[in-house]
Amino acid sequence: MDLIRLKNVEKKYKNGVTAIYDLNLAIEKGSFTFVIGGSGSGKSTLIKMLYREEKPTKGQIIVGGLDVAKLRNTKVYKLRRKLGIVFQDYRLLPKLTVYENVAFAMEVIGATKEQTRKNVLRALEEVGLKNKVHNYPDQLSGGEQQRVAIARAIVNNPKLLLCDEPTGNLDPERSMEIMKVLEDINKTRGTTIIMATHDKEIVNRMKKQVVTLKDGHLVNFKKKGTYVDENI
Amino acid sequence: MKIFRMLGRSIRDAFKSVIRNFSLSLASISCITITLIIVAIAIMASFNVQNFTKEIEKDLTIVIFLNNDATEEDVTSVEQRLRKIPNVDKKSITFESKQEVKEDMQKESEVFDTVLDEWDDSESPLKDTFQVKVKNVENIALTAKKIEKIDQVNTVRYGEGMVDKMITAFSSIEKVTCGIVIALVVVTIFLIINTIKLTISARRREIGIMRLVGASNFTIKTPFIIEGMILGLLGSIVPIIFTTYGYLAFYNHFDGYLFTQLIQLIKPEPFIYSTAGIVVIIGILVGMVGSAGAVRKYLKI
Repeated sequence: MDLIRLKNVEKKYKNGVTAIYDLNLAIEKGSFTFVIGGSGSGKSTLIKMLYREEKPTKGQIIVGGLDVAKLRNTKVYKLRRKLGIVFQDYRLLPKLTVYENVAFAMEVIGATKEQTRKNVLRALEEVGLKNKVHNYPDQLSGGEQQRVAIARAIVNNPKLLLCDEPTGNLDPERSMEIMKVLEDINKTRGTTIIMATHDKEIVNRMKKQVVTLKDGHLVNFKKKGTYVDENI
Repeated sequence: MKIFRMLGRSIRDAFKSVIRNFSLSLASISCITITLIIVAIAIMASFNVQNFTKEIEKDLTIVIFLNNDATEEDVTSVEQRLRKIPNVDKKSITFESKQEVKEDMQKESEVFDTVLDEWDDSESPLKDTFQVKVKNVENIALTAKKIEKIDQVNTVRYGEGMVDKMITAFSSIEKVTCGIVIALVVVTIFLIINTIKLTISARRREIGIMRLVGASNFTIKTPFIIEGMILGLLGSIVPIIFTTYGYLAFYNHFDGYLFTQLIQLIKPEPFIYSTAGIVVIIGILVGMVGSAGAVRKYLKI
């Protein structure tokens, strides 16, 4: 079954730049997909449209049964509760501890204290940070901060995890740690993961399905893909 | 259950925010306080104006003098005609015969007493009179004209001039105070929008993350709206003390009358409480509307 389906999607920004041209794509439930391409290829735009930071100018986007393009502004939270999002810059709240940062995602949707506690500890264990629960983000390394962000993204058991260049600020070793965490989540929880990246090394080593974009066009969609230079 | 949990969290966050950003909160509170004091004064003035225009209107009477030779039949026919005029308050129609008028005047002073005694009924200059009140004071001139046309009616008097002028003056005072109140409320709302915007922009990042992790707009908005209500409530404390004690002192100082016996002030007892209630409600509403307006900008993507 497809979790995500895009039909004739086009995105044109207000300044006249077209980021995505006529994109058709279907992504299966439980899959792990890389979205690759150089800067300006439209991979960030694609991710942003999936969590409705941006609306497509044309076409249809279905995520987990929700028609994202038609979703009203006041109903966006319904989509966001189905997915977790991880960014390059972590986006943690500096005044909250690791535990509080992860619990924040559950508190705002009205979960009980016990439920929150259970889920938060489980998520932190999965990313390997159970011993840093009471630290503040600025006491952690970049890789650890990113793992907190991942824990926050998965704490509500989303069907889909969107990652926009999650390893962009990290060295290769830390990057591989993050990739291992993501792969574990994909396997144990069955969470569908879509990750935009331009890290050649990672894509080649993981051997997952790869969507290649170039100047807003889909040029390649391979089951066990690698990063091929001539596509960029 | 869930809604109570969320509400509890919102109230907790609102109090935290008021205390954390105390200097900004104080700015909003003092701004609300000053406005509400002026609003309270305007409210009390406008209610008092309303009150004494009504009192004066109540006392406004048309006096109808009949011709000297009017017979008893004429009197009844005039009364019937009066009853048919729609603006005339039927219950208020009272009749005084020449004889009664004479007796009244004789009671008033000894001079009248002796002078009037010398006249018998046929040569008396006094006239039979009707006194009528009207339902709608604004049309009093028209009604008076209609009454003049009735047979055997000699003259009609209704205190034209001074009373008319007073009523128009008061109604314009009322309009002006109303306008001032509305203008002040609008200005305060804008000031509160700006103060709360400052506290919100400090929490911009937090709001962005809340949206990302799936908080509904309602969840994000509620703490800020409650914060605005708290500011409004705190801001109305001083104005309430001011209205209750201020009006009481004012009333006692003037003994319930302003300048003349004609202008009577409203008794303070229930009046100060209702004014205080209105002031609190305005304060809370202004705080609420202000903060809702301020947070709106951040809820769009």
